[in-house]
Amino acid sequence: MGRFSRLGNDLYSGQKSIDFVGRRWLWYAVSGVVLLAAIAGLSIKGLDYGIEFTGGAEYRVSLPASSVTQDLADDVREAVADTGVEGATSPVVTTSGAEAILVQTEPLEGEDSQTVVDAILETTGASPDDLSQTELGASWGEQVAERALMGLIVFLVLVVLFIWAYFREWKMSVAALVALAHDVVITVGVYALSGFEVTPATVTGVLTILGFSLYDTVVVFDKVRENTHGGRESRRSYADAANLAVNQTLVRSINTSIVALLPVGAILYVGAVQLGSGSLKDLALALFVGMAAGVYSSVFIATPLLVHLKSNETAVKLADRRARSRKRAASDPYAGVPARVGGRAVTQTGQPAPPGVTSGPAPTRKTDRSREPSGKGRAAPRAHGPVAPSTASGRKQPSRQPRSKRGKK
Amino acid sequence: MAQRRRPGRTLLGFFIGLAIAYGLVALAGTWTPTLGLDLQGGTRITLIAEGSPTEANLTEAAGIIDDRVNGSGVSEAEVTTQGSDFIVVEIPGQSRRDLVETVERQAQLRFRLVACTSLDNRCGPSGTPNQPEEPTPSDQPSGPVITPTPSAGTGGQTEDPTDPQTDGSANRAPASYGQQGGQRDGKNDGKQDGKQDGNRNGGDQEPTDSPTESPTGEPTEVPTVPEGDLGDPLIWIDSPDQASVAAFQAFECPPAGEAALVEDDPDRPLVTCDDQGVKYLLSTAMIEGTQLTGAEAGIPPQQVDWVVTLDFDGSGTETFTAISRALVDTGKQFAIVLDGQVISAPTMDGLITNGQAQISGNFNERTATSLATSLRYGSLPISFEPDPQVETVGPSLAGNQLAAGLLAGAVGLLLVMLYCLLYYRGLGLVVLASLAIAAAATYALVLLLSETANFTLSLPGIAGLIVAVGITADSFIVYFERIRDEMRDGKSMPVAVESGWARARNTCLAADAVSLLAALVLYIFATGVVKGFAFALGLSTLIDLVVFFWFTHPMVSWLAKFPFFSRGHRFSGLSAETLGIDSINLRGTVEGRA
Repeated sequence: MGRFSRLGNDLYSGQKSIDFVGRRWLWYAVSGVVLLAAIAGLSIKGLDYGIEFTGGAEYRVSLPASSVTQDLADDVREAVADTGVEGATSPVVTTSGAEAILVQTEPLEGEDSQTVVDAILETTGASPDDLSQTELGASWGEQVAERALMGLIVFLVLVVLFIWAYFREWKMSVAALVALAHDVVITVGVYALSGFEVTPATVTGVLTILGFSLYDTVVVFDKVRENTHGGRESRRSYADAANLAVNQTLVRSINTSIVALLPVGAILYVGAVQLGSGSLKDLALALFVGMAAGVYSSVFIATPLLVHLKSNETAVKLADRRARSRKRAASDPYAGVPARVGGRAVTQTGQPAPPGVTSGPAPTRKTDRSREPSGKGRAAPRAHGPVAPSTASGRKQPSRQPRSKRGKK
Repeated sequence: MAQRRRPGRTLLGFFIGLAIAYGLVALAGTWTPTLGLDLQGGTRITLIAEGSPTEANLTEAAGIIDDRVNGSGVSEAEVTTQGSDFIVVEIPGQSRRDLVETVERQAQLRFRLVACTSLDNRCGPSGTPNQPEEPTPSDQPSGPVITPTPSAGTGGQTEDPTDPQTDGSANRAPASYGQQGGQRDGKNDGKQDGKQDGNRNGGDQEPTDSPTESPTGEPTEVPTVPEGDLGDPLIWIDSPDQASVAAFQAFECPPAGEAALVEDDPDRPLVTCDDQGVKYLLSTAMIEGTQLTGAEAGIPPQQVDWVVTLDFDGSGTETFTAISRALVDTGKQFAIVLDGQVISAPTMDGLITNGQAQISGNFNERTATSLATSLRYGSLPISFEPDPQVETVGPSLAGNQLAAGLLAGAVGLLLVMLYCLLYYRGLGLVVLASLAIAAAATYALVLLLSETANFTLSLPGIAGLIVAVGITADSFIVYFERIRDEMRDGKSMPVAVESGWARARNTCLAADAVSLLAALVLYIFATGVVKGFAFALGLSTLIDLVVFFWFTHPMVSWLAKFPFFSRGHRFSGLSAETLGIDSINLRGTVEGRA
C-alpha cells in the first residue's frame, strides 16, 4: 500500500495532479458518447416492463393437497422460464393454500399461452381441467407512478434548495442535478440494453441511485467549497482550487466506490450468473451501474461543470488573473530585475543598454505588466519618465528603523 | 484531562443505548424479522365487488385498500385489480385474517342525531316482538357517553358564558346553533330561536306526548323515509315528522349481531339498528366522514375501554360544536353511523368545541384499530360481496434466492472488510467495529419495527441494507482520509483526530441530509414498495449518523491515547510510510509529552 499512500500524499499536496477540470471537454465527450449509447438503447430496445406495471395473465392449477410444495413451485418457475416465451421469462410462481399453484406472466396470446400452459401441466402432472386462467391488473398502476413522480419532483426541488442554502451557490445545485440526470439516464439505458425486466426492485434501485449520486456529489463539493472558500484571498485560481479538491478527495472516491461496489457486485454476480432470474439481479444491476456512474460523475462531470459555470464570474476571473501572474512570478522571481553587466543594465539581447536608458523591465514586458497586477497583488504604476541615477552613487545610506523594530533581528 | 475522558463516557452511553434496544427486542420476544411477501408468502384476500363498478371506481378502491393495509407503508402489501370486479389483496404473514374487516369495510361514516330509539319510547311503542325491553349494554343510562377530552374540557369551561347549562345563557346558546341552521337552510334566526326555545321547554314531557299522535299502521315499507319538514335536524329530533315515525315503527331489526340492510342516504332521516338490536330513528346526516381529518385508536387516560378518537376539519368542528351545545346534559343522543349501522349512540356529557370526538362502544384493541384505519383512509366507492375468499399463498421467490442473496452479501462484506484492513490497517479495525455495531443496531431496529409497525423485510429490503454498508462505510472513509490529510499538514495524531473530525462531521452531515431528505420525501409521497424502501433508506442513514457520532469518533479519540496509533506504528495505518510523508509530528502524544 506504500506506493498508493505516497500517491495519496502527492495528490493531497498537489505535487501530483490529474487535470480533471482542464480536460473537461474530454470528460464531456466520454460522457456524451455513453449517454448517446444509453439513449439509443432506450429508444431502440425500450424497457421491458414487468407484470407489476402492465398486468398480465394468471394461471391457477388445482392439485391434490399433498403435492403442493414450495419445491414444486420452484420447478414450475424454472419450467416456465425455460420455455423461452417472451413475456414469461421471469414468471411469479406461488403456492396458494394447500391445493393450488399460481403462475403469473405478462399477457400472452395464442401459441405462447399454450406453450406456457403445456409447461405448467407437464411439470405438475395436472390435467387441463384443473387449470384456469384469469386476467391480472397492474399492481403498479398509474396512480402509484404518479405519486412516486410527484415525490420525486418535490425531492429534486428541495435538494436544489438545500444545496443552494448549504453551499450558498446555486451553480452547485445545477451541476449536482446535471450529474444526477447523467447517472440516471446511463443506468436506465444500460438497463434497457441488458434486457432485464423492470420490476419494483428496479425502481427501488434507481431511487437509491438518486440518493447516492447526490450524496457523493455533496461530499466532493464540500471539499471544493473548502478549497475555494474566500476566493478573493485565494492564491489559486478557482479552476485550480477545484481541481485540487477533486484530487484530494480522489482517494476517498476510489475507496468509497470499492467498498460500495464490492457487495453489490457480489449480489449481481450471484443473481445474474448463478440464479438467472428473480428480482435480485434487477436491483443489483441498477445499483451497480448507478453507483459507478455516481462516483464517476461527481469527479468527472459535476466539478468540471461547476468550474465551467463559474468561469464567467467576475470574482473568479480576477482570481484567475492573480493566480496567473503569481505563477509567472513564482517561476522566475527575478524576471523583472534587469541584468547588469559592469554596472550597466543590459537588454534581453545581451547588448549593454545605451546610457540613460532605464533599468526597468524590457519594453515588451513593460506594457504587459502595467495592465496586470504584479506578484504582490498591486498594479505597478506607469512610469512617468526615465528614472534619474541616485545621487547616493551606490554608497550605503544610513537607515532609521521604526521604534518597534529597533533592537530586534 | 477531563476532555480526554469524554470519549469513554460517550462510548459507554452508546453501548447502554444499544443494550436497551436489545432489551426491548428480548421483551418483544422475536429474534427473527418478519419477512416480506416475496420471501415468506402471506394471506391473499379476494374481494368481489357488488354490482358492476366502473374501472375508475375499482382502481380507486384498490388505492384506498392499499392505503389501509399499508397504513404506515412498511408492510409492503400488494393490492391488484383482477378482471372487472375483483380486487386481490396480498398481505405478508400467514395469518392475517384479522385484516379482512379492515380491507372490505366501506367506511361511510356519518353523524346523525337520534330522534328516538326502541328503548326510550319517545316515538311510541315500537311493537317489535323481538325487542329486548330490559336494559341492554347500549341502554341510555349506562350506554356510551361522550365526554370532552381534557383539552376540550378546559376549553368548554373557559367559554363558560355560552354554556347552555346555566339559565342565563339559555337564550344565547340556541342562537349559536340557530345561526348554524340559518347557514344550512336559509331560515331566519328569530323564528328559529323561538321554536327552539319552545321545544326546549317542552322537551322533558315530550316522550309522553308523541305516542298518542303516532299512527301504528303502515306496514313494512322500510327505511326509506318520506321527506317531511326535515329542516334543522336539531329541531327535527324533538318532533319528527309522521312519516318518519311511521317508518320507524314499521321497521324491524334483525336479530342481534346481524347487520340491518338499509340504504344510507345522507339527505334523509334513517331508521336503523345497532348490533344489539336496538332500533333508532335518526335525523339527516349532520357530519360526513369526509369532514374527518384523522382517526386514532387508543385508551384515553384513566379509562379502561378502547375508543376511536376523531378529528374534524373546520366545518366539521363548527357543526360538532353546535351539536354539542344543543345536546349537552339534555340526555339526548346522537348516533355515529358506519355503513348504515349505528356503532355508537352516546349522550353528550360535556361541551366539546375543539372538534375532537371519541367513539366508544364494544371495542377491543383489534376492532378499534381496524375502525380507525378504515376511517383514516376514507370510504370506498364500491361495496363488496360478503365473505371474501381468504387463502394462504406461498413465497414468490424460490428458497434459493434468499440463501444466495445472503451468501453474496456476506462474501461482499468480507471483501470490504479485507480491503479496509489492508488499506487502513489498525484503523481498519475501527471500520470493522463500526460496521458490526451499525449492523447490530440495524438488526435491533428492524426487529422492533416489525413488532410495532409491521415492518417487513423483502428481498429488495435486504439488498438495500447490504448496499447501505457502502454508504455507511463512506462516512468512516471521509473521516480517516481527513485525519490523514491533517497529519500530512504536520499535525500530531491526537490533534488531527479532532480537527479532522470537525471537518468530516460537516461533510457527512450535509451529505446525509440529502439522503434523509430523499427518504423523507419519498416516504411521504410514495406508496407501496417505494414507501418501504424510503423507510429503510432513512433508517440506515440515521443509524449511520448515530454510529458515526457516538461510536466511531469517540473510539478514534480513545485510540489516540495509545502510542500504537499516536506514534504511528507501521501497522496503525498512520505511520509516516503509509501517509507518504517523511516523518509524523509526535507532539502531544503520550511519550512526546513525557
